[in-house]
Amino acid sequence: MLNVGKIEEGLVLDHIKAGKSMEIYRYLQLDKLDCTVAIIKNARSNKMEKKDIIKVECDIDTLNLDILGYIDHNITVNVIQKGEIVEKKALHLPKEIKNVIHCHNPRCITSIEQELPHIFVLADAAKEVYRCKYCEEKYSKKASRDK
Amino acid sequence: MNHLLSPLDFSTEELDELFDLADDIERNPEKYAHVCAGKKLATCFYEPSTRTRLSFETAMLNLGGSVIGFSDAASSSASKGESVADTTRVICCFADICAMRHPKEGAAFVAASNSSIPIINAGDGGHQHPTQTLTDLMTIHALKGRLGNFTVGLCGDLKFGRTVHSLIHALVRYENVTFKFISPEELRVPDYIIEMLREKEIPYEEVISLESCIPELDLLYMTRVQRERFFNEEDYVRLKDFYILDKAKMNLAKQDCLVLHPLPRVNEISVEVDDDERAVYFKQVQYGVYVRMALILKLLELA
Ligand SMILES: [Zn+2]
Repeated sequence: MLNVGKIEEGLVLDHIKAGKSMEIYRYLQLDKLDCTVAIIKNARSNKMEKKDIIKVECDIDTLNLDILGYIDHNITVNVIQKGEIVEKKALHLPKEIKNVIHCHNPRCITSIEQELPHIFVLADAAKEVYRCKYCEEKYSKKASRDK
Repeated sequence: MNHLLSPLDFSTEELDELFDLADDIERNPEKYAHVCAGKKLATCFYEPSTRTRLSFETAMLNLGGSVIGFSDAASSSASKGESVADTTRVICCFADICAMRHPKEGAAFVAASNSSIPIINAGDGGHQHPTQTLTDLMTIHALKGRLGNFTVGLCGDLKFGRTVHSLIHALVRYENVTFKFISPEELRVPDYIIEMLREKEIPYEEVISLESCIPELDLLYMTRVQRERFFNEEDYVRLKDFYILDKAKMNLAKQDCLVLHPLPRVNEISVEVDDDERAVYFKQVQYGVYVRMALILKLLELA
């Protein structure tokens, strides 16, 4: 397997669904970080045939991992310190997500007041359903993934 | 800070307290005539709804308080592009409590998030209109003497009717309520409500004929079919006269079956029914004032 230089301290996001790494790069705003980021696309995997991997050399508290739980909680997060994996973090669906998905309900107050943050609240964890904090418009992760 | 944004913000225990207070207000209005002296209610109405606004203003005046506000967006600073958040911060400097109506969903939530005074949602688009639900429950509580242990028929536009959806959500919290949904095929209750009833194992039936169902009812909640919900005039005309409650149908109903309607009615209840003592839709308006009085007192922590 291709090996992109070992990192000393940082995070390795493994088991990303193949093709999804750039989306995650944007969500985590890695473009704004002044650190080494490696993106590996279509790596071979025993578990999922093909996968993407992102390696970020940074202080492990810099990234907001809550959002990863929303994007795909099957991603494995390995915490690296002194070149070794010291922790595998479990991901959960965040209770609330801000400015990641937008409410598309034309009757929602956010449709006319642009400065309002778009906040979605987890309504049903089993069904992965979020609702707009303002108008309660449903946003189903599963439905949007199946599209 | 206490606000009222959704009909389910209050627990059934809190509602019992609120209705008991409203009962007392009905019996002893003079006792409450000055309790809000020196207090101001702001009615911030970004879209006109004269009935709701007057009900709130009457409630505050009956309590000895005073009223300020605006009755449509054109006469407010919203026409200059001011946000709901900013308007709310300004209103907080003028008034002690605020009732807000806005065409967009979630507007009252935005107001409450930026407010140091209690906000009452007086309708946010098609989303919530909690004081209508409180009015409906109060009317049932006062005239039926109980909330629960009855069969309630909801008739008319059950698809788009926000009032009906809120009432269903409020009534499922009480014991032994059976629902009869009476509507044309096109205007049936949304699936998510049916799913909710199934999950909670609450008995319900969807029927088309009002005549066949009316003898079983302890309560009949009539609604208006609204023109603005339809894309074509033809469908509207066909469905608007689908149900007309008249004397003949009332003769089939139980002796103590109450008829409610959120008003305004168009022609879905014939005027010949108005004299029937079971027709309580105008009393409902009066209970709307009592329950708003009780609500203002609760939110201002004066009772
Ligand atoms: Zn929304």
